[in-house]
Amino acid sequence: MNRQIVQLFGLIVVLFGVLIGFTSWWSVFDAKALKEKEANKRPLLEQQQIKRGRILAADGTVLARSVAKGSGANRRYVRRYPEGALYGHPIGYSFVRQGDSEFEKFHNDELVGEESEFGSILDQLRGRNQEGNDIVTNIEPEAQRAALGDLEAAGFGAVVAIEPSSGRVKVMASNPPYDPNRVPYELKKLNENELEAPLLDRATQGEFPPGSTFKVVTAAAGLDSGTITPETAIDAPGTLDVQGQPLQNDFNEDFGPITLDTALTNSVNTWFAQLGEQVGEETLFEYMDRFGFNATPAIDLPEDQVYPSGVYEEGKLLGPGDPIDIARVAIGQERLLVTPLQMAEVAAAVANGGKLMKPQIWSRVIDPDGRVVKSLDPAQYSQPIDEQTAVELTTAMEGVVSEGTGTNAAIPGVPVAGKTGTAETPGNEACGGGSEENQAWFIGFAPADEPKIAIAATVGCTTQFGNDVAAPIFRDVAETILDNEGS
Amino acid sequence: MIRSARNRELLALIPVALLLSAGFAAVFAQENARLGKLSLVYGAYFLAVCLATHVYLRLRLPDADPYLFPLVALLTAFGLVMVYRIDEGLARDQANWFVLGLVLFALTIHFLRDYDVLERYRYTIAGVGLLLLLAPRLPGIGQQVNGAYLGVKIGPLAFQPAEFSKICIVVFLASYLRERREVLIVGARRVLGVTLPPLKHLGPLLVVWGASMFMLVFIRDLGSSLMFFAAFLALLYVATGRFSFVVIGMGLFLLGAWFFAATVPHVHDRVEIWLNPYNDPTASGYQILQSIFAQADGGLFGKGFGQALITIPGTHDALLPAAQTDTIYSLIVNELGLFGACGVILVYLLIAARGFKVALLADDGFSKLLATGLTAVFSIQAFVIIGGVTRVIPLTGVTLPFISYGGSSIVANFVLLALLLLISDRARREAAVPRGAFALEGT
Repeated sequence: MNRQIVQLFGLIVVLFGVLIGFTSWWSVFDAKALKEKEANKRPLLEQQQIKRGRILAADGTVLARSVAKGSGANRRYVRRYPEGALYGHPIGYSFVRQGDSEFEKFHNDELVGEESEFGSILDQLRGRNQEGNDIVTNIEPEAQRAALGDLEAAGFGAVVAIEPSSGRVKVMASNPPYDPNRVPYELKKLNENELEAPLLDRATQGEFPPGSTFKVVTAAAGLDSGTITPETAIDAPGTLDVQGQPLQNDFNEDFGPITLDTALTNSVNTWFAQLGEQVGEETLFEYMDRFGFNATPAIDLPEDQVYPSGVYEEGKLLGPGDPIDIARVAIGQERLLVTPLQMAEVAAAVANGGKLMKPQIWSRVIDPDGRVVKSLDPAQYSQPIDEQTAVELTTAMEGVVSEGTGTNAAIPGVPVAGKTGTAETPGNEACGGGSEENQAWFIGFAPADEPKIAIAATVGCTTQFGNDVAAPIFRDVAETILDNEGS
Repeated sequence: MIRSARNRELLALIPVALLLSAGFAAVFAQENARLGKLSLVYGAYFLAVCLATHVYLRLRLPDADPYLFPLVALLTAFGLVMVYRIDEGLARDQANWFVLGLVLFALTIHFLRDYDVLERYRYTIAGVGLLLLLAPRLPGIGQQVNGAYLGVKIGPLAFQPAEFSKICIVVFLASYLRERREVLIVGARRVLGVTLPPLKHLGPLLVVWGASMFMLVFIRDLGSSLMFFAAFLALLYVATGRFSFVVIGMGLFLLGAWFFAATVPHVHDRVEIWLNPYNDPTASGYQILQSIFAQADGGLFGKGFGQALITIPGTHDALLPAAQTDTIYSLIVNELGLFGACGVILVYLLIAARGFKVALLADDGFSKLLATGLTAVFSIQAFVIIGGVTRVIPLTGVTLPFISYGGSSIVANFVLLALLLLISDRARREAAVPRGAFALEGT
């Protein structure tokens, strides 16, 4: 019987070998795939046990922090947003069940202190719990508060303020706002509110017709490509026939032959329509690309929450060669849709001598020991126009505020350059379908001679014009930021 | 020096002591805030009990295998630390059962020194074994757990009879096969190229098959059923050396299992969950999936003692259901990694090796078959539950011997160990002392 006993032992060895094989498969070889399974909540639960870093405003105001609940093995952290709805955009939220969004999502690795595999093994050996890094943003609370307050008084809309020389995003406000603290309780409700769409960050996801603010891009392309100079005069009749449709100035006003300054100051449609045709589809699109259109802006927010601006056809971007009415694109009509972030970048590029800096919300990453691990190194995105063009364009934009269509943006004692815009959007579904809805805009920067801040402000679903609702918001936010700079 | 066996045993207990102290210290350090110094007292208490057992073995079974008891003590110590890490109260129960197990261990050694008497009562023992299996279905005392009838409750006393039944069945089979092995071999006929056992001796074997099927259907205990039948086939093979018998037996079992899997919902569900756990990841597939996710979480080295999640933080909902019993192996992989798990499997393998060694050394057929059967049933039990939580086979509610929380399992397995040591003591003494000397000693 001994031979059989030995054989039986051999079988047991094989069976136990199979057990070791399967254990190896689950615990090592297939572990990565298993951790990514939908049914596996462990990675989320474990992340919940990490103290996520705080998010701070430029002045140290706490925008998001983690609060411990329970103790021992039951200890877990829950996100709190002390400032409520004020920073719902662009900070976003982070919860185990509801997931994460916006800034919280983009900077997740830094906030949970995710390091290299080796680093975390060292931490384990030292018996140190993984702890997240704090991130200081460029957001200025006073200006953010001013922007959101103004928007709430005016209507659905957004404000983006960027420091032209660095790309630091100092304000990003979207109305209606939402309180991230409520997300665990009413995410479904927030999602289902299609009219107000509070979870939509209108600053980066709002796609609006730019109206006359786009004339800045057209002028930039005209000047920089050499199609015109500031002295070039173009005849601007009251009405122009473009592609079989009459294109009119406000009140059908006939301006005669005028130069850029007069045309921009008075926002003359027939002048810019002709400039657009002279510049041509190819060149205008090239300049749009240089300003960042037709691409996802290089901001530190998740790619799916930042939309590109451009000419859209059924959700798809059109390019040169597609059937496009370029004269109407030149005055911000046609199927052109832009985000407030994109228009703020246009203003910032002109303000910064033609150089467009990458817009960034974050400023510094600080580890749990208080050391600055990383700090923002401003980077140039592109140079859409040369410095000469920027100077000439600034002069024209100053006229808009000092004597033109945007006088409500004027700040006493500070030169301001800007451009108004009012796109007519009758029957806009986003407004519930009123018949006299406008999308009102103001983009600009101040001080015009030494720009500290570039801003795009837009209000939708309004019967008013850019100078009436958007320019005052620009002025309020710019003044708040400049006052802070001065003090 | 034959008596050196006990010295080796004492020596082998040292690493057990170290592991136990280290384990308790680790849990203690991890949860310092929650637990008192009591944990260290438990460790000392455990070692004292082990030493007492060692002294008892020195007196009663001086020649028995020196490694079996330390290996089992190692598993028990490890199990205590794991259960302690899950719940202090459960660990206290477990420690009490450990002591009760040792008492029964000592009583078995005391009263069954001449274990040949078991042969005389083999039909009685078989009857008791079957009765134990039936007990969970008896009205009044039977208990249903997760759709299976595994437990018996008489007054305050609750236990799982299958754990004890397995010993009875093995004793019966060893005795029966010792007597009939000759006729089973000689009387075998070749029919259509297949060697079949003689029909008139087939009866009792079919009874065993029937009992297994009966368990599958009425007790709904897939795990025990598999364990029993596998042990039976192992014994049949060792006794007769006929591989064809094993093939026929396996065929019969698979046929039965397939038939019942198709017709009995409980069995069918178990198989279905095993094959497609992702079909219902939050209900029926939850346990096996969480078991596997826990292993994935452990990786090569594990998260460390006390570091794995067992419940969803902030709630009492289980993240790893039945962590102290069915899925304790997954928790081991989670906390000690693949390396720790391999260590545990290696200890089971060493116990199997020592058990089969006892069988090899044993002189008479009954001892040989009994040692083989006990070792086989023990090893297969470990395989069935570890295989269950690693998705090698369908997951069933069998305990991981000496590690899982559960009184019946601990106590029954200590009785099993006592029988193995009894066989070993006699075998090693006979092997070491020349026959003549033995005869002189006997007169």
